Formats: sequence, structure tokens, C-alpha cells
Amino acid sequence: MEMPVPNADILSRKDRIVALLRSVLPADAVISEEAETRAYECDALTAYKCPPLAVVLPASTQEVADVLKLCHAEGVPVVPRGSGTSLAGGALPTADSVILGVARMNEVLDTDYDNRVIRVQTGRTNLSVTGAVEERDFFYAPDPSSQLACAIAGNIAMNSGGAHCLKYGVTTNNLMGVTLVQMDGTIVEIGGAHLDAAGYDLLGLICGSEGQLGVVTEATLRILRKPEGARPVLIGFNSNEVAGACVSDIIKAGILPVAIEFMDAPCIRATEDFAKAGYPDCEALLIVEVEGSPAEIDEQLAVITRIARNHDPVELREAKDADEAARIWLGRKSAFGAMGSINDYMCLDGTIPVSELPYVLRRISEMSKEFGLDVANVFHAGDGNMHPLILFDANKPGDLETCEALGAEILKLCVEVGGCLTGEHGVGIEKRDLMYDQYAAGDLEIQMAVKDVFDPKWLLNPAKVFPLAASQDRRSVALAAE
Amino acid sequence: MSRPETEAALAEMIAGANAPFHIRGGGTRGIGAPVAGALLETSALRGVTLYEPGALTLVVKAGTPVAEIEETLAAEGQRLAFEPMDHRGLLGTEGTPTIGGVVAANASGPRRIQAGACRDFMLGVRFVDGMGQILKNGGRVMKNVTGYDLVKLMTGSWGTLGVLTEVSLKVLPKPETMATLRLRGLATGDAVTAMARALGSPYEITGAAHLPSAPEGAETLLRIEGFEQSVTYRADALRGLFAGMEVEVDRDPDTVAQTWAEIRDVAPMQGATGDVWRISCKPSDAPALTHAMGASDLVMDWGGGLVWALVEEGTDLRSRLGTFDGHATLVRGSEALRRSLPVFQPEPAPLATLSAGLRARFDPRGFLNPGLLA
Repeated sequence: MEMPVPNADILSRKDRIVALLRSVLPADAVISEEAETRAYECDALTAYKCPPLAVVLPASTQEVADVLKLCHAEGVPVVPRGSGTSLAGGALPTADSVILGVARMNEVLDTDYDNRVIRVQTGRTNLSVTGAVEERDFFYAPDPSSQLACAIAGNIAMNSGGAHCLKYGVTTNNLMGVTLVQMDGTIVEIGGAHLDAAGYDLLGLICGSEGQLGVVTEATLRILRKPEGARPVLIGFNSNEVAGACVSDIIKAGILPVAIEFMDAPCIRATEDFAKAGYPDCEALLIVEVEGSPAEIDEQLAVITRIARNHDPVELREAKDADEAARIWLGRKSAFGAMGSINDYMCLDGTIPVSELPYVLRRISEMSKEFGLDVANVFHAGDGNMHPLILFDANKPGDLETCEALGAEILKLCVEVGGCLTGEHGVGIEKRDLMYDQYAAGDLEIQMAVKDVFDPKWLLNPAKVFPLAASQDRRSVALAAE
Repeated sequence: MSRPETEAALAEMIAGANAPFHIRGGGTRGIGAPVAGALLETSALRGVTLYEPGALTLVVKAGTPVAEIEETLAAEGQRLAFEPMDHRGLLGTEGTPTIGGVVAANASGPRRIQAGACRDFMLGVRFVDGMGQILKNGGRVMKNVTGYDLVKLMTGSWGTLGVLTEVSLKVLPKPETMATLRLRGLATGDAVTAMARALGSPYEITGAAHLPSAPEGAETLLRIEGFEQSVTYRADALRGLFAGMEVEVDRDPDTVAQTWAEIRDVAPMQGATGDVWRISCKPSDAPALTHAMGASDLVMDWGGGLVWALVEEGTDLRSRLGTFDGHATLVRGSEALRRSLPVFQPEPAPLATLSAGLRARFDPRGFLNPGLLA
């Protein structure tokens, strides 16, 4: 993956820039020794690494504003970072950039059960937001699988989803207000504890903008009362087509499960070897989970099992208690670990119309043979968000490149059938150069024009999201102006 | 007036224009400052492009009548879950509401509090910008973070950033049945507390409204929807939550639907004399805010988070509210008033700069509903 050549002038001014940063931050909040900046050289897309010029760890909105104002004046690019769990390279630095980490800002500022909102600093981890309201049986709905580690700041930047978004939506549907610091240091408040912020939907625009429009330091999030209970059913089929048809019939029957997870044969087998969850040896496996009181769950599961039986499943296992439910989820939750134990893997994130599922799985299997790399599929079937895992060997020369080429072909296939490149991980650097497959030049131009409004000098996370060639002029004009 | 029949014709018309347009769908939501411009209607761009009930997705041309969409969805047991308001009764307008108008206004009804607003159901847009370029964003899948979310930006932008030509929406199943629970005689503060208790319960309230001046005295209404057995269970559980208070339960789906359609369309203020303001606020602030409004009638929805206020003509309601967590919109008022008072909540300077910057990029010549948001 190509990254822009670092700006030599900025590199030569490192000492001055670090000194300026130290003038606005406490001593321990500025990291500039290379031995230490290396800890920030990559995010969870570990194939790409580059230590930044410096790292700053501000502790307040005002400190964030001071840092941005200073970098703006100095013309130094800034890469915002939450917990660094991005799978798309969203927090990957360049050598001439300052990493702005929000990890020290992790306080809960206000918990308001009457209005069902919580106000947090965005360095707080996703799971600890739920942790803060659990005593009253509330929760924060978006649940990306990295939720133990990932920060709300990153969730907002990438508009993160999770397994339960069929019912509860993704981050943008649960975000009510933000404090945003613009690149020039201006602090703006958008939305709050009321619904539908005034004016243009800037909240919707900022959510998912990959840290390119501003740094979000505080957020008002919607919290919900936990359902009384939840229970899954496991359904095994001997063909992907039939499993796909079953998903569609469940949805058409008026049931809105909180999750419909799908695993294909390679994934089932690898998981079974690894976690021994007792899954049937079949072509496709669905885990469908519903929520409510015990009676409500029974009522919904009765409809689901009736539909499943019409499709002649090879296995139908309804969880009767928490223990059985945990066993059904065990394999699914171990899927990524299971893959990691066999091989290196690359996790894709394309989304497709649910109706195209059987065709896409068949094509992926053909492409897998063509490229000579195994692909296992585990994904959120209810919303069509695929997660093909391409297995490769990082120590084998050329394997990573073959893997990336296969990944690109699979994502193009997702677009071709009416889907998109990324459902919840973001574009980052990983899918940046495929954007022309999704969008026409004009569609990308208007998006870049939006960045012009928020960050005219293109200093915030500049080498992401847009193909480098497309953003070249904007990025170089900004630097030449210094 | 022009009514282009294709997206291409619309694009050509805007590209070749040398004066502003007043853009509308069916012309039923005349909200905003008066716009000087040649009338441009999108109502000829109509029809369902794609409907996949099993994927809960609908792609439809912007000028398609809402009623036609609701009929199409109902045939498959589905609906627009955000419950778009029909503004005709309140504004005394005629014409046919279109989906493009709904999206441009981000019009959402009582279910917004649980299911989300129109913007939460928007998956994709096609539109023509102020230079006549045909642009798209999003798509027709439920999870999509590919590039910036201009879908949300276009929703609720009142035709000032582009003319919508096609929208993709997430639709949801219609529930098997529904019920209204009614508490009578609560003062506003107690009503907001009661609604907060219900909304903070696990019983999935899909509507929470308070009508302080209903014909037979104040009514506080809660809606639940779902499968038969589940609705029965939750209605009982909620009655338990309000032990000691009398709770009436309406299980007739027709009257339940009618009750909530009246709240959605602010029926009590239809035909009543006075201006109508719409206030979005933090629900727990609603009692104090409504007290300050000096309104002759109120309809409170969203657990208190949405207040409709009927006030004497010419009132500047904002001056009575002061600074609060939310915003106020003058939805119904004379043309003269809409010229002299900002219809939409004025933005703080840095936000106003961003909004103006976006407008300048999407519509550099200022030809799309100029001044409507002023």
C-alpha cells in the first residue's frame, strides 16, 4: 500500500514542533523518542507500519484544541487515534504526522437515566460505556467485536457496527451529540440530549468521516434498557442457498432478530477443530438470536423454527437455558481466533444485498481456488455485512500481495452485486484505492469538497479514504502554502 | 412551473439555469422562509425502482407519493417505521406528499423515539446538485461506511444542497398487533416522569405522548407493538409499573392506529387559530419549557422530547425559551412572520460557517431554495 512521501521540511522541523507541543501540554503528554513512538506505528492492520513524528496524549478538549491550533499553524498533519483497533489503517501514521491519541480522556461526564443518555469523553472504551450504566440494567447498543478495547472516538470516526445492529442500528443511530474540535482549534457543539440536532445533519456527516473532519472529544450517546433476556437457535443447512432463503423468510415473517450470524463450511470446520462447540458438519450454519421475556422469546423462536423446518435443516438446536446459549455462541465467538491459530488472515468487510448471498458465496469459493488461498466466511447475515477471512502465510514471499489482490476482487464483487466496499470497518488506507469502483469521480469530488469545508488545508488524517491520486492536489496545495 | 420527467432532464434544466429555483415534491410542507424562484416540482420522477421484502430494502424515485409506497409495503406486511408526518392538516395545504419531501424534511413521527428518524432509515440517495451534476451517495445495503455519509447530510436539508431524485430506504415488518395504554389527569411534570419510566423499562414503548388539553382532560399515551402474546405480556407488565394508577388499555388496532396518526399529524392544532412551533428538547426540560411558552395548546410527543405549541400569531417563541438543550422551528406562521423571524433555530457562528461552506460547495450559484433556511 502506497503512502505519500513524507514532507522533508516537516521532518527537518521536528525539534521545533516537539518543543511547541511541549509548550501547550504537560511533559508526559508528548512522546517524541523513536523507541517510544514505535508503539503508535500501526493499528490493527499490522501489515503497515510507520512511526509518527510525535505522539500527543491530551487530557482535555482545550488541550486538543491547543494542539490542533498549533499543528494547523505549523502545517503539520495530524492523525487522530482512539485505541488503535482499526482494521483498515485508519490510525496509521505517516512519518511527518503527529498522532493525537484521546486515550487519556475516558471519563463519564453525565449519566442521565430519565432522558436515556450518557455523556462521555471519547477515549472511553465501548464496553465500559455499558459498564457505566449496567447497574441500572441499561446498555449502549453498538457492539463491535473489539468492544473491550476500542474507543468511542474510533467508533464515531468509523461509524462502527456490531452483531446486534439489525435491531439497534450502528453508531450513527445511537449518537446524539458531540464536542468537535476543528483543525484550526475551533471547538463546536453539535446536538445534545435532544433528538435530531438543528440545521444540517452534521452529526451524521461527522460519524464515519474517519477523523478527517475534526477530533471528537466528547459524545452524548443513547442508552437503552436491557431486554429481559435473549436466546439463540442454531440451524444447520446443507447448502448456502437454502440458508440464505431461510434468512430472507425469517425477515419476511415479521421477526426482527437481534442477530443473524452465518458461517460457511470452511469456517465451521476450522472453528470446530479449535473450539469444539459441537457444531454439525454441514455447509452453512445460522445462529439466530431473539430477545424479550421468556414467553416472548418462545413465541419468536416458534416462528423461526417453523420457518427453518420448511427448509429441511440438517440440525436445529434451540437453546433452553443460558448454558446452551453460551455453547451455541462459543464457536461463533471463537471464529476469528480459530482462523488466527491456523494462519495469518485478512478480514474483509464488504456488504451485499442479502438476496445475493448464495451467488456471492459461490463466486468467492471460485475465486479462492483461482488465487490458491482459502477463504472462510463468517458474517452478519441479517444486514448483508460479509466478513470473508482470506488465509495466507505472512512468511511466504508474495502471499500478502496475492491475498490483497484476492481481497480487492472480492470487494469489487460486492460492489458489482449492489453492495459496498465496507460495512463497518471503514476505508482507511486499505480500501482507499478501490473507491473508484464504488463511486464516480464526481461522487468522490463532492465528498472531498466536504473535507475542504471542515479542513481546508487537508491536515487531518489526509492520506486516507480517498485514492491518493484523487486527493493529491489538495494535499500538496496545503503543504506548498507553508 | 417545471416538472422534469427524468433525472437527466432535471440535471440539464439546472445546469442551464440562470436564476434560482423553488424546489418541492408535492408542495404539502411549505415550511421555511419564503423562497423567490421558479417553481420546480419533482412529482414526475416516480415509481419503485426496487423492492426486496426479504432484505427490508426499498429504492424509489423521489417524487413517488408516500401513499403509494405505504400501499406497496403493506402488501408485503411491511412499512416505513419512522412514521412520516402528513403536514397537510396542520398547514392547510393540498397536494400529494412525496417521499422526496419526507426525506428533505427528515419528517418522522411518534416512533422516532424508539425506531429512529427518517435519516436513520436512509440507505442511499441520488440527487442533482446546484450545478446540475448527478451525484450519488450510500447505496441499498444496511451497513455502509464507504466514504462520507452524505445520505444523512441530504436528509433534512430541505432541498438546499441538491434536488433528490431517488432514495433507498430500510423498511421494517408491520407488527401483528398494537395497543395504546392511557393514563388520565396527569400534570405535565408527572406525565413526563411516567413516560420516562415506561421508556426506561424493557417493554419497548414505540410511542409516548402527552395531550394536556384533550377534550376529556389530560391524557398520557403509551404505545406497544408486536406479536399478540408479547403485547398482552407487556401491557400487563406496564400496568404493574403504574400500580395504583388507572391504566386504560386499547387493543383495537384501528383505533390505536388512529390515535397515533392524530398525534403524528398534530390533529388538535389543525384548523385552530395561531402559529405552531415545534420544539425538540431534552425530555426532562419539557415541563419548564412548556410552562414558559404561554401556549394556548400543547401536544407533547417523544416522551416530552418533542413539543408542538400553539401560540398567538406573531409570537417569537424563542425569546420566551432562552437558551436550552434543543431547538425551535416555526412550522406554521404568516409569510410576513417567516420573513422577519428565523424559521429554523439560528446556529452559533462556527456551525453557521460550516453550513454556509457546505451550501457553497453543493450549490455555488445559490440556485436551490435560496434563503429557505435563513
